[in-house]
Parts: sequence; structure tokens; C-alpha cells
Amino acid sequence: MTDENTIAPDRASRPRLTVEGLAVERGGRRVLTELSFSVEAGEALLLTGPNGAGKTTLLKTIAGFIRPLSGRVAYSGAAEDRPLAERAHYVGHLNGLRATLTVEENARFWAEYLGGSTGHVLAALERFGLASLSAIPAGYLSAGQKRRLALARLLFAPRPLWLLDEPSSSLDARSTAVLASVLDEHVEAGGIVVAATHLPLGLARSRELRLGFAAGPA
Amino acid sequence: MSAFWTLVKRDLLIAAREGGATGTALGFYLIVIALMPLGLGPDMQLLSRIAPGVLWIGLLLAALLSLGRMFDTDQDEGVLEILATGPLPMELVAAAKALAHWISSCLPLAILAPVLGLLLNLELAAYPVLVGTVLAGSPAISFLGSIGAALTLRSRRGGLLIALLVLPLYIPTLIFGISAISAVVTPPGSLGSSLLLLSAVTIASLVIGPISAAAALRMQLS
Repeated sequence: MTDENTIAPDRASRPRLTVEGLAVERGGRRVLTELSFSVEAGEALLLTGPNGAGKTTLLKTIAGFIRPLSGRVAYSGAAEDRPLAERAHYVGHLNGLRATLTVEENARFWAEYLGGSTGHVLAALERFGLASLSAIPAGYLSAGQKRRLALARLLFAPRPLWLLDEPSSSLDARSTAVLASVLDEHVEAGGIVVAATHLPLGLARSRELRLGFAAGPA
Repeated sequence: MSAFWTLVKRDLLIAAREGGATGTALGFYLIVIALMPLGLGPDMQLLSRIAPGVLWIGLLLAALLSLGRMFDTDQDEGVLEILATGPLPMELVAAAKALAHWISSCLPLAILAPVLGLLLNLELAAYPVLVGTVLAGSPAISFLGSIGAALTLRSRRGGLLIALLVLPLYIPTLIFGISAISAVVTPPGSLGSSLLLLSAVTIASLVIGPISAAAALRMQLS
């Protein structure tokens, strides 16, 4: 199993995330109808819209957790053979931490599991200001610190597509700025960011996709 | 394959750190077996005749106790979603978790079983067979149990539901496990064929368990 899935800098075959005619139903309610858009390498797309507009549903559908009623999600890029989910980082509402493992154990597990190198772990923790907390069980962290640890996962393993659900929730101003700089660098290096957010993330360049309520039976 | 062992190691580390599951299972097994002579009276012959069955049933029930924890904390914390974006298919995620459950829960119970055999006046010749059958049969407990654990993720207090779903699946393991020991304790009987059938059930469960559990986990993700 190869562990290096670095982002191809090759401009000729620019990776691109394409969503075509997507329709998704949740609990019998049509949440997304006929949604089409595409994001190119080097772009950040912010999903906005009222609660219940389908931002999380869209992210989960892209990640492959939810099967759409119709339409398709495709990612064309250098490593065509890997399924989309394996080329994406998904940071959802939940942080994916185990309370009884220390910050560093949580981090190392994700780095090894997601196929990154453990060498990146300390640098990533440092970046998000968690280096001094690395020996503390994750259960003792504050909400913002847990969020930072979840976001540090983005840096453990290089993956081109980042799917973020409210990434800046419970972050303070300084950490939000760190997050913005990490996202900007990823986009700069030819990555793709799709983030659902209510708060401005402060990205240098980004597009916005506003989701509204889909028409359909209530 | 390194991701598989990374996941197994993590689950074992968590089991060692949290400790509760293994300790509870061992304590439960000890108490259930200790209650038997008290309830049935000090008839040594009776105890030694029913010992194989009681030891096996007690072990199944004790192992059930920790099944519910195989996936539930990971589901609550959003770990499953991230595991799904990893290099392993869900089948191998389920297999890794079942393997970790077997090492952390069933293996300690298998080691305790011959000790508890003393309480039930188990015949001396039966000890090696007891250990052998428990080692050969108990992987089925974890791997078939992973189906129940994955199916009951969304239902709070799914503990009893797991027992209802999973215990019937353990019947073949129970029958062949006990018949192997009986072949030694109360001949005639065929030790070899019972052991082979017991191993066959285990091998089938190694395949059926993860595939079914993965289907249930994918459903939980959406």
C-alpha cells in the first residue's frame, strides 16, 4: 500500500471536484435538488445558507457517506485509481478524538491510519498551538482545543480535497487566523477546500455557494 | 495492511487504558460460575458432568457484556466517519475492531476458564480440551458479535438487543465446543470431528462477521 499521495503540481491535469445534478433526500425530505457545481484545484468554496439548507448533507454526500438519489460526485485528478473518500480529509461536527488517549496518541493514530507520516504530527500540533498539551488526555481539552486537534489532522497526511463542516466553531480569533492561513496555504499549493460555514473564515480567495431550501414535500 | 494493525493497536491501547470492559467480563464470569455450586448443591458428580456446558455458557454471556462497546464510543465521537475516509474498506475496519475485542475480552476469559473449571470439579483430562475449544471457538464470539454491535449502534441501551441478536448465532459454537469436551469426559464421542467443526464455524464467522458488520456500519454513517 503506497503512503504517498502528494498533490500533483502538474498544471495540465488540474484536479477538479465536479458535482452534477445532485439530489439527496434525508428522512423523507428532499434536501438538495439538481445541485451542480465544480471546484478546481487551487480554489476554496464556502457553503453558506440557513440551518437545514443541506450544507452538512452535501459534504457527507461528497465524502461518500450518503448515497444521493440522483446525480454524481466526481473527482478527477492525478491519482485516479483511489476512491474519492481516500483523497479527502473530512472534518465534521464531531472531532473524532478518544477522550482517554493523549493528544499525541490521538494525533499519531490518525497520522498512521490516514497514511501520513508521523513526522508531520509534531509540526502540525505546533502549528495549532497544541505542542505543550501533547501529553494530556484529549478528554481534558477545552472545546476549542479539541477543535484545533481535529483540524491538525488536515496536516498529518497530504490529501488534496478538504471537506470541512463549520471548521471554525468554538475557535478563538487567533486560532481562526491560524486556520485561515492553513487553508490559504493548501489552496495556494493546488488543493481544494470545501467548507460549510456561518462565520467568515478570513480566506484570501474564496467563492461562495449559497444553499437555499429545496422545494419539495415537507 | 499497516493501517489495519494501527487500528488494532489503538483499540488495544484504549481497552488497556479504560480497563473496565475486560475487568467487568472477568468478574461476571467468576461470579456466574461461583454461583453454580451454590445453586445446585455440593454434588461433585453432577457438577463435573455439567461443567463443560456451564463454563461455555458463562463465557458466552461474559463476552457479550463488552460487545456493545466495540463501536459505540467511536460512533459518538465521529471516529467512524474518519475511519471511512481511510485506506481500509469498512469490512477490514470491522475485522480490526473484532480482533481487538477478541484479544482484549475473549482471550482473558479463555485464560480464566480452566481456573473456573476447578470450582466445578472438571475432570483433569478435560482441561486441555477446554482450553483448546475456547481458543478455537471464541473468535466467533467477537466476529459474529460485531454484527450485533454494529446493528444496534443507533439504539440507546442496545445491550439487551445485542444479546437477542447475537446469542442465537453462537449456538453452533456452543454445541461443538461442548461436544468436544464431552467426548473426553463422557466417551464415546469424537473429539477430532467436534474440534474441526468448531474451527469451521470460527473460520466462517471471520468472513461473515466483518462483511455483515460493515454493511451495518455504512448504514450508520449516512
